[in-house]
Amino acid sequence: MHWGSWSEFWAMGGYGLYVWGSYGVAFFAVLIEIISLIRGQKHTLQRLRRMRNWESE
Amino acid sequence: MLRFLIAVIRRDLKLAARRKGDWLTSQFFFVMVVSMFPLGIGPDPAMLSKVAGGVLWVAALLAALLSLSRLFADDHRDGSLEQMLLSPNPPVLLALGKALAHWLIYGIPLLLIAPVLGVQFALPGDAIGVLMLSLLVGTPVLSLLGSVGAALTLGLRGGGVLLTLLILPLYVPALIFGAGAVDATLAGVGAEANLSLLAAFMVMTLLVSPWVAAAALRVSIE
Amino acid sequence: MSSSIAWFKFAAPMTFYGLAGRLIPWFAWSAGLLAAIGVYIAFFVAPTDFQQGEAYRVIFIHVPAAWMSMFLYLVMAFWSAVGLAWNTRLSFMMSRALAPTGALFAFLSLWTGALWGKPMWGAWWVWDARLTSSLILFFLYVGIMALWSAIDDPRRGDKAGALLTLIGAINVPIIYFSVKWWNTLHQGASISLMKAPTMAATMVTGMLIMTFAAWFYAIAAAMIRVRGIILERERHTEWAAEILEGK
Repeated sequence: MHWGSWSEFWAMGGYGLYVWGSYGVAFFAVLIEIISLIRGQKHTLQRLRRMRNWESE
Repeated sequence: MLRFLIAVIRRDLKLAARRKGDWLTSQFFFVMVVSMFPLGIGPDPAMLSKVAGGVLWVAALLAALLSLSRLFADDHRDGSLEQMLLSPNPPVLLALGKALAHWLIYGIPLLLIAPVLGVQFALPGDAIGVLMLSLLVGTPVLSLLGSVGAALTLGLRGGGVLLTLLILPLYVPALIFGAGAVDATLAGVGAEANLSLLAAFMVMTLLVSPWVAAAALRVSIE
Repeated sequence: MSSSIAWFKFAAPMTFYGLAGRLIPWFAWSAGLLAAIGVYIAFFVAPTDFQQGEAYRVIFIHVPAAWMSMFLYLVMAFWSAVGLAWNTRLSFMMSRALAPTGALFAFLSLWTGALWGKPMWGAWWVWDARLTSSLILFFLYVGIMALWSAIDDPRRGDKAGALLTLIGAINVPIIYFSVKWWNTLHQGASISLMKAPTMAATMVTGMLIMTFAAWFYAIAAAMIRVRGIILERERHTEWAAEILEGK
């Protein structure tokens, strides 16, 4: 462990903006993809069910 | 086989001669895009000659893409494309013929206008010669790769913009070697290396893209 | 042989739908676990680099993202070739399912590359061969997805996208070498990005673990997407109807 304190950890030796900018954006990009995947799955099921009901009537 | 190829090219040349408006639009587009640059970046001759190769080449890419979106569209609309694909002649030759015709109609005129624009950009004589040579070797690449894009986007809504999006990244090597040849001449290191790499890329696209374009046509017509 | 190809053609989507459903949690959870381990190594185990200070910790994201963006494109090209050669529907669907994740990694590799480059070389962006070809790769992903979304007919979309993927796969190495060549002529812009400092073993371990995390994540994401595509295309078959009525 080479971080004396939390503030040292966030500062990243003066490179905080670059390091956290990378990790933050990567985290959010993946998070958004995961949410859109789960929502997309739900929507597809709903849409296909609706189409099915509509077609069978 | 060869007769079919020539027939395809002659047919397109005849059609182009009948529709001069389309043809002129594309050429004027090239001239206008190039002429906008000095107005945007300033009239300093030293700077203009430095960017001339890149500007003329980028404008050539855009002008080619503008005309390519209609490469198969008219034949598709009146059904003649389907007839030609159903005929016993190999579709590869059809794709090759269409691309070559496009080059003759749209590529060669660019080559002839380029020196005038080169003078506007304060290019020295030898650089203008190299510019023409690079366009002569490079514009077939634009028609050949573009014919693949035109076949893939045939009949799609927003086909023109889509074609640009698909094909522009694939043009990068031609742009680099073509504009690079002009730059190398200006820098006094000789354009041979750039031109031979451009020629190699041209031969490669000539060997590969008609097959892909023919396959794409079959996919799009089905 | 012909019977196995026939199996691939007709039975595969149904079997694969169930199989993927069972595999997704495994891949997803191992991706999450590996990512946690990787991030732990990145921040708490890997030592401070004596040349780059703490800024180098970006590479634990950057390098795996760059590798995955290229690797996923190659996988897409592979499935496209298989699909065009044997007309197997499932391989086209795999290619479609991979593209958005590939584009995401391509974007992340550009983004983190800029954030790494600024403190290291003093520029957000240089027109170096690797950066430029990454950018073109991102453009190719975008172009392929745009083509798919413009074509309504799934069969035409499958094949058109596959052709474009393949021609892009031929072109990317050519673009890489042409930019490299171009850079040797324009000395001004050339900064040698290749000079990686000798890396500690823990750094390599961390990078590999993150790469595996990204890989498993990509597999899980692609499987979720491919299940949606399969269900949509097969909705008129009996098994799909059962699934739709099931819940």
